Amino acid sequence: MSVLLVAEHNNKELKPFTLNAVTAASQMNTDLHAVIIGNNCGDVAKKLSELPLVKKVIQVEAAHYENFVAENFAPVIVKLAENYSHVVCSANTFGKNLMPRIAASLDTSQVSDIIKVISADTFLRPIYAGNAFATVKSKDPKKCITIRPTSFDPCESSGGSAPIEKAEPSEEFNNTKFVKREEIKSDRPELGTARVVVSGGRGMQSGDNFKLITSVADKLNAAIGASRAAVDAGYISNDHQVGQTGKVVVPDLYIAIGISGAIQHLAGMKESKVIVAINKDGEAPIFSVADYGLEADLFEAVPQFIEELNKLNTIQK
Amino acid sequence: MKILVAVKRVIDYNVQVRVKEDNTGVVTENVKMSTNPPDDNAIEEAVKIKESGKATEVVAVSVGEEKAQETVRKALAVGADRGILIKADGILEPLAVSKLLQKIVEKEKPDLVFMGKQAIDDDCNQTGQMLSALLNWPQATFASKIEIKDKKLEVTREIDEGLETIEINIPAIVTCDLRLNEPRYASLPNIMKAKKKPIEQINASDLGVDTSPRIEQIKVEEPPKRKAGIKVKSVAELVQKLKNEAKVI
Repeated sequence: MSVLLVAEHNNKELKPFTLNAVTAASQMNTDLHAVIIGNNCGDVAKKLSELPLVKKVIQVEAAHYENFVAENFAPVIVKLAENYSHVVCSANTFGKNLMPRIAASLDTSQVSDIIKVISADTFLRPIYAGNAFATVKSKDPKKCITIRPTSFDPCESSGGSAPIEKAEPSEEFNNTKFVKREEIKSDRPELGTARVVVSGGRGMQSGDNFKLITSVADKLNAAIGASRAAVDAGYISNDHQVGQTGKVVVPDLYIAIGISGAIQHLAGMKESKVIVAINKDGEAPIFSVADYGLEADLFEAVPQFIEELNKLNTIQK
Repeated sequence: MKILVAVKRVIDYNVQVRVKEDNTGVVTENVKMSTNPPDDNAIEEAVKIKESGKATEVVAVSVGEEKAQETVRKALAVGADRGILIKADGILEPLAVSKLLQKIVEKEKPDLVFMGKQAIDDDCNQTGQMLSALLNWPQATFASKIEIKDKKLEVTREIDEGLETIEINIPAIVTCDLRLNEPRYASLPNIMKAKKKPIEQINASDLGVDTSPRIEQIKVEEPPKRKAGIKVKSVAELVQKLKNEAKVI
């Protein structure tokens, strides 16, 4: 039996984490098919067919798939799942919303947010905000798996030419209506995939002071992150939150500024390759995971940091 | 309108979780337990809706061992009218929990079911969506704002790209984000009053649901430790280390 990957896209482009999910899914079984559900998404289906690891693309289109409502997506995937041993997608808000609805319909106990494929039925996943790693084996005949995208490399994105088949849409679910989506547009790298992330916490004291974070991020071509405290305080919007209930990031460089480092925040960033912490409280838990810690008042240290970066006179691309 | 709120008893969010030496799980003996944080938001929202006159009853339900009664009792202390404890021992997967909750929904016939978006112990983020699937009800996950409009709810959801708004018909499931509201503390008089509120106890085995695990937990380990870092004395030293030692800028 083969693996069915649910592609994440916006009807125009594949979401980058789909490539990471393809890598993970291919480790469960190389006979990998990808389903794309959307509206006028033919160009994206073609992109998907060019991924060398994908053996077949199934395209399902209907107007009610335009906005990725899980209640509309689940029935069509459940039907397709008859022919597959695994259904896989990314553990981001798209997959978290959708996959359990599929799993319950298939009477399968879902395995969420895996970070390693040990075998076709055995996986590694973090629990308790990453304070423990559990090795789990799914005994269900059909497996529903969400994968943590930052734990898998993106697959090759060109060179393949898988056939594209169309499948019949399912009926519309009438009790849920999409109203609107407010996406925050930015020219910066995406938080989930950025090479450098600069994050601010409660220590920033105001939304206005986040300008300091922005300036550092500009210098390093970085994405901007935040602790839950900073988002709750309204300093910055929710899409920047890093942590157990926000996003998980694994950049080459993570700079935590004015973040104390509650375990819920560490859960979202402690796998970063190099971690820098700037905090005036020398006892702050963030220093326990920092490769380089600077105990200093951020309002003095960060302007100096920007100045030093200016001296290097390089903007990282 | 009747609101059912599901609450879970978990290790308190402030506890540094430790893995058992025999790698069978994490240490739960003599560890502070609390309500799963976003479940507090779920209760708060239900109680607020009742206070606004739009709901007539809030019922708190928990699934777990006998001690989960404390979690139900806490929900009663912040305004739920009565409680239900479904007693079950051992590991319960979200699929099993959602099947048990389905039985309670069939019996209680609530108009809305609220719960936290994710439990901070197993971090599964499944139960609400699974219950929605089993009932074929609409699901509004990761809710940071709920507006009741007659027989509909308008819900703002926190998604990776920003915010999304959907409109769902009642009956429906809502899973709550931490930003939905500010949960209140239980006052002493209300804690006393809650002791008199009824908690119905039901054995999971009497509900006709097979709750045996489908996922075998082979082992639980400590995550790899990060190598200890250093403290730098100045910004100049930091930049020099990042450039020449770590080579990341």
